[in-house]
Amino acid sequence: MQTPLRKLERPAAPVYGSNACKPYRCRVTRRVQENDDTFTVELTPVSARQHGAFAPGQFNMLYVFGLGEIPISISGDPADPDRLVHTTRAVGVVTRCMATLREGDVIGVRGPFGTHWPLDELKGRDIVIVAGGIGLAPLRPALYQLVAQRGEYARVVLLYGARTPEDMLYRAELERWRARFDLEVYVTVDRATGDWHGNVGLVTALIPRAPFEPRNTAALLCGPEVMMRYAVQALQKRGVGATQTWLSLERNMKCGMAMCGHCQFGPHIVCRDGPVFRMDRIQRFFGKWEV
Amino acid sequence: MPDRELDNRLLILEYADLQRLFDALHARGYSTIGPHIEQNVIVYSEIRTVAELPIGWTDVQEGGAYRLERRDDAALFGYTVGPHSWKRFLSPPLRMLWRARKTPEGFEFLDDSAPPPRYAFIGVRACELHAIQRLDAIYTGGGVIDDDYQARRSAAFIVAVNCGKAGATCFCASLDSGPAVGPGYDLALTELLDGEHRFVVAVGSPRGAEVLAELPHRTATEGEIELAEAVVAQAASQMGRTLETTGLQELLYRNIEHPHWDKVAERCLTCGNCTMVCPTCFCFTIEDTTDLAGQTAERWRRTDSCFSTAFSFISSGSIRTSAKARYRQWLVHKLAAWQEQFGSIGCVGCGRCITWCPVGIDLTAEVAALRAEDTGQAPAEPLLEMA
Repeated sequence: MQTPLRKLERPAAPVYGSNACKPYRCRVTRRVQENDDTFTVELTPVSARQHGAFAPGQFNMLYVFGLGEIPISISGDPADPDRLVHTTRAVGVVTRCMATLREGDVIGVRGPFGTHWPLDELKGRDIVIVAGGIGLAPLRPALYQLVAQRGEYARVVLLYGARTPEDMLYRAELERWRARFDLEVYVTVDRATGDWHGNVGLVTALIPRAPFEPRNTAALLCGPEVMMRYAVQALQKRGVGATQTWLSLERNMKCGMAMCGHCQFGPHIVCRDGPVFRMDRIQRFFGKWEV
Repeated sequence: MPDRELDNRLLILEYADLQRLFDALHARGYSTIGPHIEQNVIVYSEIRTVAELPIGWTDVQEGGAYRLERRDDAALFGYTVGPHSWKRFLSPPLRMLWRARKTPEGFEFLDDSAPPPRYAFIGVRACELHAIQRLDAIYTGGGVIDDDYQARRSAAFIVAVNCGKAGATCFCASLDSGPAVGPGYDLALTELLDGEHRFVVAVGSPRGAEVLAELPHRTATEGEIELAEAVVAQAASQMGRTLETTGLQELLYRNIEHPHWDKVAERCLTCGNCTMVCPTCFCFTIEDTTDLAGQTAERWRRTDSCFSTAFSFISSGSIRTSAKARYRQWLVHKLAAWQEQFGSIGCVGCGRCITWCPVGIDLTAEVAALRAEDTGQAPAEPLLEMA
C-alpha cells in the first residue's frame, strides 16, 4: 500500500531573511537514548503551527535558546511529518546541551532545508543503502518510504556499519527490517564486542557480495566522507556508476539560506544544492583534499 | 568612457556648488558617507561637508603597502580605494537579527527592529559599483531575500566618481568593471582639474535628476566632455596589474591539486585581511548569545572569513585546516565557483586584497603562475586502494 506524501511546499511569495532566520518553538515530546552518546528526540510545535512537509534526506536547523544552532538531518517518517524526529550525537557545544533535554523542554527549529534522496525517480530499481555510523539517521526516512511503497521497487538492500554492536542505531528497527522477507539487511561492526557473531569489518566490504543487479541499481550513501569514497569505489567495481550513486555531504552550515558561504563545496552550496548529491555532479571535487 | 546614452545630459557642477549636493541630500534625509582620512588612511565614514574629503591627497599602493601623499592640486577624488568598501554600510559587519525572551512556553521574539538607515554614498568608484551589484546577486538574487540589505540598498543614493588615476594594484580594466563608471548610479561625477575646478555630471536615475535640478548647473561643452573622457582614459592607461580571465574557471578547477598552492601557503598568514577588505566577500557567521541571567537571547550576524579554521568546522573537525586549502578556497571561490553560483566572477579588480595583504600576496600573480605551469589537464586520479 502506498502512503500519500504531503506535498513539499514551494513558496509562492518571496521568503525574507528576517523571518527565515527565526526558529519556531517545538517541545520535546519523546526522547530515546540510542547509545552512549547518541539520542533521538521527537518534536511537537508549541503553537498551532505545523511542521513543514519534508522529504527523506532533508535537514533542519535546531536551536538551543541562547546557545547556538546546528544542522541536523531529519530521521522520522516522511508520511508522518507531524512527528518530527531527529537523531543526534553529542559532540559539540549545542549537541551536548541537547543531550540533556528532557521531555517537555522547548527548542527552536528552522527548516526543512536541502535536497532529498530522489526515491520517486528510482521506482523499479534495486535500492542499495550504504550507511556508516550516524549516517543511518538521514537514511531512515528513505527506508520508511521504501518500506511503505515496497511494491514499487525491486530489491531493497541495507548495508550498515557501526564501530561496535553497542554503537548501532535503531537496533529494534534493524531487527524488524531484517526479519522481513522483502528487505535485505546486512550489518557489520569494526570491532566485535560481547556476544556479537555477525560480520566484522568495514561496511564497504559488504558491497562486493551484496545481492543487487548493478545495472538496475541506485545506491544511497551516508557516512564519514572517507567511508563514502571507498563505498563509491566498491560500487563502481561492481558496475554501479556515478550517475546511479547519491550521497549526503556534511558541511558547516550557519544560515540555511545559501547566503552565509560556510557550506561551500567547490561551486556547490550544500544547504541548497545538497546535502544529497548525485555522485557524477560532484565527482570533480569529491575526495579532493580539504575542498 | 562615460555612458554614450547619457552624453546629451552631461552637465557641469562648479566646485563651489558641490557642498549644495551634500545639503540637498541631507535635506532629503540621507546620511552622507564619503571618503575621509582617519589614521593616515582613506576610509568611508559619515561626512557632512566637502571640506572633510581628502582634499589634495592621493594614495600610493603596492603589494602589502599603502601610504598617503600630497598632490600638487586640490583634487577631491585624486586617489583610488582604501581598505573600506560600501559593503560595511549595506551589509554591516555586525548586525543583530533578533532578540528573544525566555518564557514558560520556551521563548518569544521581541519586536524592536529599527528601520534601516538611508545612506547617500559619495565617491563610489566603477569597481565598487560592480561590487555592490555582486552583493545584490547574493543577498537579493536567490531563493531568500535579505530584506535588511534590500532596504539599505534600495534607499541608497549613489554618487559615483570616475577614476582619474589608477593605482599600482588596480586591474578593473581586466574585468570590465572600470575605470569608467557603468550603470547603476544616481549621479556620476568626473572631476576636471584643468585650472578651473569643476565636475562633469551624468544623471543616472530620476531621483538623481531631481537632486541635480536643485543645484546650480549648466550644460557641459564639447571641450569639457572631451576632458572628462581623457580623465578616464588616463586611469585606464595606468592599470598596475592585469588578470587574464580567459578560461580562468577551468584553469583553476583542473589545477585544484597543483603544487603551486603549497608555495602560496608558505607565505599566507591566513589572517583574513583580504576577505575583510574585499568589496564582494560576503560570508557571515551566526552567533547566538544570552545575557548573564540567561533570560534574553540575541542572534547576531557577523562578518566571517574562509581563512579561519572555524569557518569549515564540522563534527569531525575543520575541513580546511591547512593554509593552502584556505587560500585555495578563497581564490577558487572568488574567481571560479562564484561564476556558477552567482553568474559572474567574484572579483572586480579593485586590488584591495593585494595592498592589504601583510605579506603582499597578489592574486593576479598567483593566477599567472598557475597559468604558466598549467599542463592543460588535471593530474591523473590516484587509485584508491581498499583498506
